[in-house]
Amino acid sequence: MSNHLLEVKKLSKYFPIKGGLFKRKVGDVKAVDQVSFYVKKGETFGLVGESGCGKSTTGRTLLRLMEPTDGQILFNGVDLATLKGESLRKARRDLQMVFQDPYASLNPQMTVEQLIEEPLNIHNIGEKKDRQDRVLQIMDTVGLNKNFGGRYPHEFSGGQRQRIGIARALALQPKLIVADEPVSALDVSIQSQVVNLMEDLQQEFGLAYVFIAHDLSVVRHISDRVGVMYLGRMAEIAPKEELYTKPAHPYTQALLSAVPIPNPRLKRERIILKGDVPSPSNPPQGCAFHPRCPKAFDRCKVERPEMMHLGSEHYVACHLYD
Amino acid sequence: MKVSVELGNKKSLKKEEKHASPFKLGFQRFLQNKMAFMGLVVLSIIVILTIASPWLITHNPELTDLTSQDLSPSSEHFLGTDSMGYDIYSRLVTGGRVSLVVGFCTMFFTVVIGITFGAIAGYFGGKIDSLMMRFTDLMLNFPFLVFVLFLISIFEKTTVPLLITALALTSWPTTTRLVRGIFLSLREMEYVQSAKAIGNKNFRIIFRHMMPNAIAPIIVNATLLMAQMISIEAALSFLGFGIPDPTPAWGGMLNDGMDYTIMTERPWQWIPAGVLIVLTVLSINFIGDGLRDAFDTKSTRR
Repeated sequence: MSNHLLEVKKLSKYFPIKGGLFKRKVGDVKAVDQVSFYVKKGETFGLVGESGCGKSTTGRTLLRLMEPTDGQILFNGVDLATLKGESLRKARRDLQMVFQDPYASLNPQMTVEQLIEEPLNIHNIGEKKDRQDRVLQIMDTVGLNKNFGGRYPHEFSGGQRQRIGIARALALQPKLIVADEPVSALDVSIQSQVVNLMEDLQQEFGLAYVFIAHDLSVVRHISDRVGVMYLGRMAEIAPKEELYTKPAHPYTQALLSAVPIPNPRLKRERIILKGDVPSPSNPPQGCAFHPRCPKAFDRCKVERPEMMHLGSEHYVACHLYD
Repeated sequence: MKVSVELGNKKSLKKEEKHASPFKLGFQRFLQNKMAFMGLVVLSIIVILTIASPWLITHNPELTDLTSQDLSPSSEHFLGTDSMGYDIYSRLVTGGRVSLVVGFCTMFFTVVIGITFGAIAGYFGGKIDSLMMRFTDLMLNFPFLVFVLFLISIFEKTTVPLLITALALTSWPTTTRLVRGIFLSLREMEYVQSAKAIGNKNFRIIFRHMMPNAIAPIIVNATLLMAQMISIEAALSFLGFGIPDPTPAWGGMLNDGMDYTIMTERPWQWIPAGVLIVLTVLSINFIGDGLRDAFDTKSTRR
């Protein structure tokens, strides 16, 4: 267990629905519902799922940008979910985030230098001069021209801005970076540059990533292990190769069958799911996936499946394997 | 900017041309706006005249000369004298002080209260927000004129600080609501989330990350507020609740013109004061509009 950098246990985030007179609570949107997983030192944990399945909420809750409703977030043995005030602020040194939209995640009124230096200032790291050296060094590491330090974010392209965002997250030399769809707002040609940069940085600094994405091929490229989420719940967690070659959960199978293969002659079976994703405010009884699952049986409608161990590091929440 | 320049010298890095912050770019756009620029020029002239009034006056503006009442304009009294024997020109030049000081100070205090309350309510949200907003709503519906009359009747004599206090105490709720709205939307921006993730303290997030991005609409609002306060001060003086004689004030001079014979036969006694009020308010409004067009990137007419 000691090589588990981050261990998330039954993490839940509910958003209250208020309605009626006097804004009483009439229900919950279960954005994240009892999600458990772990991230080992220096590895990349991919988190995939369709829009609205709670992957971003999971990421933000990990950093306490949103308050978890329930559950534990053990980071190096310390439960982040219960930290408050100053200790939480200090804990954030080791845990950073790269945001999805490079156009919205940089303060437009600050220069690149100020943006990258800020985390160092806040945590009082080094002398003024050292900090400036460090900023230049990081800019070099992420492939930004050192002369651009005095520029403002609006003078950069999306890819360059994302590099600034990564530089900002790197400045504190964190142990874990939560990357919330870091490349989905970028052009395909730039995506690979940024993904490769992230891989290089991982090699260099021994970083662990929680890489949130909906692009299965990007996740396949960068991840060591992948977690698949559906409607706020974890459906399957497996090492990358195993997940892509032997998906266990019917949802994962359907998801993977939708990945385009760049060969028009190759025939393969495409699993097409019926219906829409149910509302997370009123998830189906039992397994959340059962109304759309081609292999559903009676038990799926009543009993929620627990995570089951399929050997090595493969886990699945499905009654088919019980 | 400053940091980078220092760094450039120290490291002898090749610096490219200076880089403009979004704020600076907005200011450049503002200067290209002809109406706003005109407003700035006119307002500057009025402000300079008012400041330089001690050297421009020909008579003591607070001294009556009962031997020379209701005189027509002449080389001795440029705009004649009024029914009390005051020199109208000297009073006109000095009278801007009350308007500008009341306008500026009221605006300043209103904005300070508005930013403090609005930022706290908007940033923290939840219970703090609802509590503060209910109080703001209460003050928003407070009858302003009644409050001013009440204060003035307590203190017998209207003074400039009293007027500023009364006006600021009744005008802050609108600004507070505006600032709160801006902060509510800024709070959800990713760069604010990012500032939080990096470990900023709340205070620093508010002042370093949100304030610079909220300041443009606040400045616009403040400018228009100042124009409004100047006209309210003039209106109060006109109604007789302003700064009393012998202190000269434009609104009070308009009040003196509230007489049929003066209005029809001696227009030089009241028209100049009216023109100056209108010019001041108009130019400030033009500046405000110009600022809004320059800083509001969503505005289409530019």
